[in-house]
Amino acid sequence: MEELISLFVRSIFIQNMALAFFLGMCTFLALSKKVEAAIGLGIAVIVVQAVTVPINNLLYTYVLSNGALAWAGLPEVDLSFLGLISYIGVIAALVQILEMFLDKYVPSLYNALGVFLPLITVNCAIMGGSLLMVERDYDFSESVVFGVGSGVGWALAITALAGIREKMKYSDVPDGLQGLGITFITVGLMSLGFMSFGGIDL
Amino acid sequence: MKLLRNMFDSLEPHFHKGGKLESWYSLYEAVDTGLFQPNDVTKTTAHVRDGIDLKRVMITVWMCVFPAMFYGMYNLGWQANTALATMDVASIEGWRGALIGLLAGHDAGSIWDNLIFGAAFFVPIYMTVFIVGGFWEVLFAMKRGHEINEGFFVTSILFALICPPDLPLWQAALGISFGVVLGKEVFGGTGKNFLNPALAGRAFLFFAFPSYMSGDAVWTAVDGYTGATALSVAAQQGMDVLTQQMTWMDAFIGKIPGSIGETSTIAILIGGLILVGSSIASYRIVVGVVLGTIVTTMVYNHFGNPETNPMFAMPFWWHFVLGGYAFGLFFMATDPVSASMTNAGKWWFGALIGFMVITIRVVNPAFPEGMMLAILFANLFAPLIDHFVVQSNIKRRLARG
Repeated sequence: MEELISLFVRSIFIQNMALAFFLGMCTFLALSKKVEAAIGLGIAVIVVQAVTVPINNLLYTYVLSNGALAWAGLPEVDLSFLGLISYIGVIAALVQILEMFLDKYVPSLYNALGVFLPLITVNCAIMGGSLLMVERDYDFSESVVFGVGSGVGWALAITALAGIREKMKYSDVPDGLQGLGITFITVGLMSLGFMSFGGIDL
Repeated sequence: MKLLRNMFDSLEPHFHKGGKLESWYSLYEAVDTGLFQPNDVTKTTAHVRDGIDLKRVMITVWMCVFPAMFYGMYNLGWQANTALATMDVASIEGWRGALIGLLAGHDAGSIWDNLIFGAAFFVPIYMTVFIVGGFWEVLFAMKRGHEINEGFFVTSILFALICPPDLPLWQAALGISFGVVLGKEVFGGTGKNFLNPALAGRAFLFFAFPSYMSGDAVWTAVDGYTGATALSVAAQQGMDVLTQQMTWMDAFIGKIPGSIGETSTIAILIGGLILVGSSIASYRIVVGVVLGTIVTTMVYNHFGNPETNPMFAMPFWWHFVLGGYAFGLFFMATDPVSASMTNAGKWWFGALIGFMVITIRVVNPAFPEGMMLAILFANLFAPLIDHFVVQSNIKRRLARG
């Protein structure tokens, strides 16, 4: 239990997807102008991450990894080369389902997220979550915790960035840096702040 | 005085648009309003008049740092001279040593000797920081047409005071450049940034040159004399060893090694209370940080096992007097620009700092000192805290009808 808690805290703060690994930058930068939209996207990422990482974990353990097909009488088969494409497939299917669900029940969020919801499919944070899960040999319960934790960490980062960017409406940024330029600098400074967790050994 | 005023008035047209010294206007304006009360009047209907403007606020903060600064210089000299005496060395080498030799001796008992020794280390750092930072400030003011702001006085002195005394001057220049340019000026100058520029510069140095300033080794301005700062003694050897080396009173008065301005809690308290009393620094933030610290420390005291990590046993009154805690509490956390703006938000902002500083100090073995990083971290979340405070106020008023 303690290990799971420490994994949860670690995936939120210390190995923050956005500010320590710089994953999922495109949506991170593009959709962080408004706090409300950022919270919506953050929740979407948490949900997608919490579902895809465990499902990919199951897929890896029982189908793809070396000797995983022993239960089907094929102990010699190693399908791990299909990893990337299978994870993408799982993610894409789930995002489609989430999109239809939002369109039907939460149209305001659906409209706010717009084109970026389908883009979650190719969000590197989501893909990165699944790949890191495989690389670090998480078991099923760990992958659930890691999925939720890394999603929460990413959501926290994008919400904080949106707060800062709302405040920066009153800033007077030089012409050449307006828009994305200053956002990159902001993200860099934020990750300096998040370095305070670097080195915590849980 | 009249003569000076007339001189300024006769010079002024040169600096206006179309004059030959047009691009130097911001510099002229800074000197003028620094010496005289500006004669601007409010031109629209609603206005609040207060004798204290941004310029006076910043100068007040600057003055309030002085007790900590002078004590810091004295302590720096005292630490170094004591170390010299135990090492049986007559003086230090280099140009600083020559300078000290001209003006004073190396007697740890003499206040003058200690002050001069400290000044020989602090003043060059401060001069470098002031000149390099001032260069950027003036450059941006001239090119972008905003006023030169006295916020820079504060940034430069705060930055110089949280540096270790043996910091190479080029690093000081690099750090303040980062702080002023990337921490403040790219966002448009004072009041438009979201991080405290002095802290941004210091954190940059901290991560860029970790071997120089890990916060681990002692910062006495003598080559070859090494030891450990109070916090790292406590982290590695436990509270018992720490209390053998110094009493709480020593740490409160500041007879401990550390960054120049951070050692003496009482000197900081003098300046800090003036700031809080004149409501330049928000008491909400200060109390919020203190409460956050006390609660977090008690939780760690209660649940942590001091066998595995001696920092779990450190009580909160020790946390208050060690490291950069007091300095950060009064001069950094209360920075009105990078802190939360709303009153309720200030409590949360303070509590977040209090929680983070203790967490970093206790749980994170990589950094024995946590105040700087805790404030930086809370700065990131300050706008978000404000956002939620505002939203909940809107909700409450809507519900009221």
